[in-house]
Amino acid sequence: MKKGIESMKTDVLVSIRNLVKYFDISGGWLEQLRFTGGRISRQEVIVKAVNDISFDILKGETVAVVGESGCGKSTLARTVMSLYPPNSGEIYYQDKRIDQLSEKQLKYYRTRMQMIFQDPYASLNPRMTVEDILSEPIHFHHPSMTREQVKEKIIKVMKQVGIDPDWQDRFPHEFSGGQRQRISIARALTLDPDFIVADEPIAALDVSIQAQILNLLMDLQQENDLTYLFISHDLSVVEHISNKVAVMYLGSLCEFGETEHLFSNPNHPYTQALLSAIPKLGQRFSHTRLPGDVPTPINLPPGCVFHTRCPYAREICFRQVPQLIKEDGKTAVACHGAAEGWLK
Amino acid sequence: MSTLLSISRLNVDFALRKSTLRAINDVSLTIEEGERLGVVGESGAGKSVLGFSIIQLISKPGFIASGEIQFQGKNLASCTYEEMRSIRGNQISMIFQDPMMTLNPVLTIGSQMRETLQAHRQISTAEADRICIEKLKKVYIPSSEKRLKQFPHEFSGGMRQRIVIAISLLTDPSLIIADEPTTALDVTIQAEILDLMLELCESDNMGLMLITHDLAVVSQVTQRIAVMYAGTIVELGSTALITRDPQHPYTVGLLGALPQRAARSKRLNQIPGVMPGLAKIPPGCPFSNRCSLVEAICRSTRPALETKQSGIQVACHMVK
Amino acid sequence: MSLRWRQLKESDFVYYFFRDPVAYVSFAILLVLVISAFGAPLFAPHDPYDQTTIDIMDSELPPAWKDEGTAKFLLGTDDMGRDMFSTMLYGMRISIIIGLGAVALQAFIGIIIGLLSGYIKRFDTILMRIADVQLSFSTYMIAIFIGATCQMMFGVANYEKIAAPLLILIIGLAEWPQYARTVRASVLAERKKEYVEAARVIGLSKIRIMWRHILPNTLSPVLVISTVQVANAIMSEAALSFLGLGMPQSKPSLGSLITAGFEYIFSGTWWITIFPGILLVLLILVINLLGDWVRDYLNPKLYKG
Repeated sequence: MKKGIESMKTDVLVSIRNLVKYFDISGGWLEQLRFTGGRISRQEVIVKAVNDISFDILKGETVAVVGESGCGKSTLARTVMSLYPPNSGEIYYQDKRIDQLSEKQLKYYRTRMQMIFQDPYASLNPRMTVEDILSEPIHFHHPSMTREQVKEKIIKVMKQVGIDPDWQDRFPHEFSGGQRQRISIARALTLDPDFIVADEPIAALDVSIQAQILNLLMDLQQENDLTYLFISHDLSVVEHISNKVAVMYLGSLCEFGETEHLFSNPNHPYTQALLSAIPKLGQRFSHTRLPGDVPTPINLPPGCVFHTRCPYAREICFRQVPQLIKEDGKTAVACHGAAEGWLK
Repeated sequence: MSTLLSISRLNVDFALRKSTLRAINDVSLTIEEGERLGVVGESGAGKSVLGFSIIQLISKPGFIASGEIQFQGKNLASCTYEEMRSIRGNQISMIFQDPMMTLNPVLTIGSQMRETLQAHRQISTAEADRICIEKLKKVYIPSSEKRLKQFPHEFSGGMRQRIVIAISLLTDPSLIIADEPTTALDVTIQAEILDLMLELCESDNMGLMLITHDLAVVSQVTQRIAVMYAGTIVELGSTALITRDPQHPYTVGLLGALPQRAARSKRLNQIPGVMPGLAKIPPGCPFSNRCSLVEAICRSTRPALETKQSGIQVACHMVK
Repeated sequence: MSLRWRQLKESDFVYYFFRDPVAYVSFAILLVLVISAFGAPLFAPHDPYDQTTIDIMDSELPPAWKDEGTAKFLLGTDDMGRDMFSTMLYGMRISIIIGLGAVALQAFIGIIIGLLSGYIKRFDTILMRIADVQLSFSTYMIAIFIGATCQMMFGVANYEKIAAPLLILIIGLAEWPQYARTVRASVLAERKKEYVEAARVIGLSKIRIMWRHILPNTLSPVLVISTVQVANAIMSEAALSFLGLGMPQSKPSLGSLITAGFEYIFSGTWWITIFPGILLVLLILVINLLGDWVRDYLNPKLYKG
């Protein structure tokens, strides 16, 4: 599954360039009015969920996005899937720009890019049978297919994900969490996509079921030549499944690089703290404590977003946003300390 | 060291419409004074029911069918409601997964802490405040005097869980039952909370029953582990031994399923199937329908929890 | 078929239904009332609409167990000599038809508006403000206004012909915001769920997502308010009839029967008002009790807590 990365340099499948996504949570304009200091003023409350993120996803690889809750990783996934329009920046699929397309123009790309969701209890419509759930995408995108062809396809994907095809006319509530997640994966596969965004696909499952689903995802990648964007908060899962990792903090990319290299050689102070916090079996940990709490994405700190909690922060970190700089060909780090060499 | 809590042959049943289901089946275990025990299992294994039944907080159709829970010379299984109330939140405290389950959103932290304290002790408000501030300092909440006047929503998730821990410490309990205390938290905060719990247990010689699905978390904090499957304990022994060399096929499978144990990008070792619901537990060994070592005896006779050669108590016919 | 039947028999719904005496007794009474109302031509001893069978000499006869009563008219007769029992059955039929019709109209308008305003953001503000305005008028005010206008426009004779559909229209139009708000609230909850995102990832159109994915999942609260709304609509109709703006005396509903008897109640002829009154209360009561039970069943948190 892990192919030589050097030979595939030109084979970029999905490319994300300077992506920015803000959410306006201030409501209607009447609700934006604030009375401060004897004057009425209009205030917009904007959540800066994703700030200027760029990276490439090569064909056949698994890129994982990790970060703690609220870091914008799910927003990134949904923006890549065109569920949210980005505020600025570009998304390319095989060199075609897709972030400004209308729903009609997107139709083709919907068959190429699919998504798996976190909550197996919410991601399947409770009023539809498994057959309805799986046939809907096929009917919609390939209306010319005959009933038999659709049926054949459904049976094929159900077998592929390990669900007995005889259970087609059952409803989602008749299945366990792991089986539902398999059905959700089957739905994504019905259109034979190349690229799948998996948003925390195993976070809601039990340990032994997690292993089953991870194995399934890895098998499918081989059988169907899939490329994954894998969103997760679980670093040990990420270390296991991905070729590359993007570490996010407060909407910004801290570090991006090859998994093995990044896990053994974390450069960014946040990555270091995150990795040290993973509970490891059978050994008492000595993790790096980060002072304070994560600031809100409504008022981002100026300069480096991590400087409020960074043990190494210097004056430059308070005013200048660090750029993502390739360190040694294998990882790229957004940190002044790493760039100027005074870290550690 | 003397025994703090001793559960023997506990059975907990749920009386449902058509039948009575056994959620906890013949569970026996002890916690020594100051000992930290981890109860590990997947959802539905009965680990939370076990924790709740100790303090008689099992919700309605559930009830203790038989068995004893000895705690400081009392059998908690047969305590009256009033007796239980003086123990619960006093000598035994509980920490839940969601801090907002414990904290009332419309009361200040201070009034909630004072209330807990004054429910169990006859002390003045000033004295209560002094203890509250002392406990908040213990869980590293800065400027605790000011914090007493704040409401739960003014704290972050990690801080709230610290406050819940501070509340559980108020009456200097000898046992804390923590049900998935870090599951809702991010890794960095989880690490801090685990650190804190470990430190507090060691400094105050408190017993801890840590209920969780996460083997790695348990291995950080506890001295002994009880692995639960379908309402029974299948393996019980020292944390170091079990994480290094698990005996029961279920524990072996569970540990093998952890990505951090496996080689990168290789298939994980998976246990086939799912844990059966309470109504569908197979006769004999409850794990027999998923086990790779299964033989005829497993399907007919339920194995007892016995100490095996490794020094670990295992409920399995196949382990010597 | 037999499998479906067995599944139904073993379902929680049936189990809890038969364990709750309030539920099954109410249901049994409602069933009897509805069957006798719609089977009125079969069960009623007299036909109150057939002028030829009515004799004015029989007017204001007391119930059969009174001294002056006759066995021919079990519950006595009204001021026009119609058999009370038969007239009440026919009247209940009209009341129920108007109630169901008005609720169907309310639900139709309310569901469409609720879906649109919940799922398409730019419609939300305007549609909900319209609903607010509508709610700030009392139902009766609108009904009295429209009813009185129509009576003037068509004349009393013609008004009798269009009374039933007109009442359905009035009550239906007055109460749709209840549905719109309920549906909107559950659409807002459903649209955040991942299955809706999954449908968007497939590329389905907004209309299709609303219709096929969101609507079926908002129907249980709709079912709950429907029961209450049917009872409310029947009451509204009775109230309007009482004010003389409802069903005419020639085709009386329960409400118009109560009004008709009201004039005679002080002269000792109490049965013309009291019997339809009891029937109306019973009908509303069992519908509301059943509605409460359905709500409790669909909201287990409330039920088992």
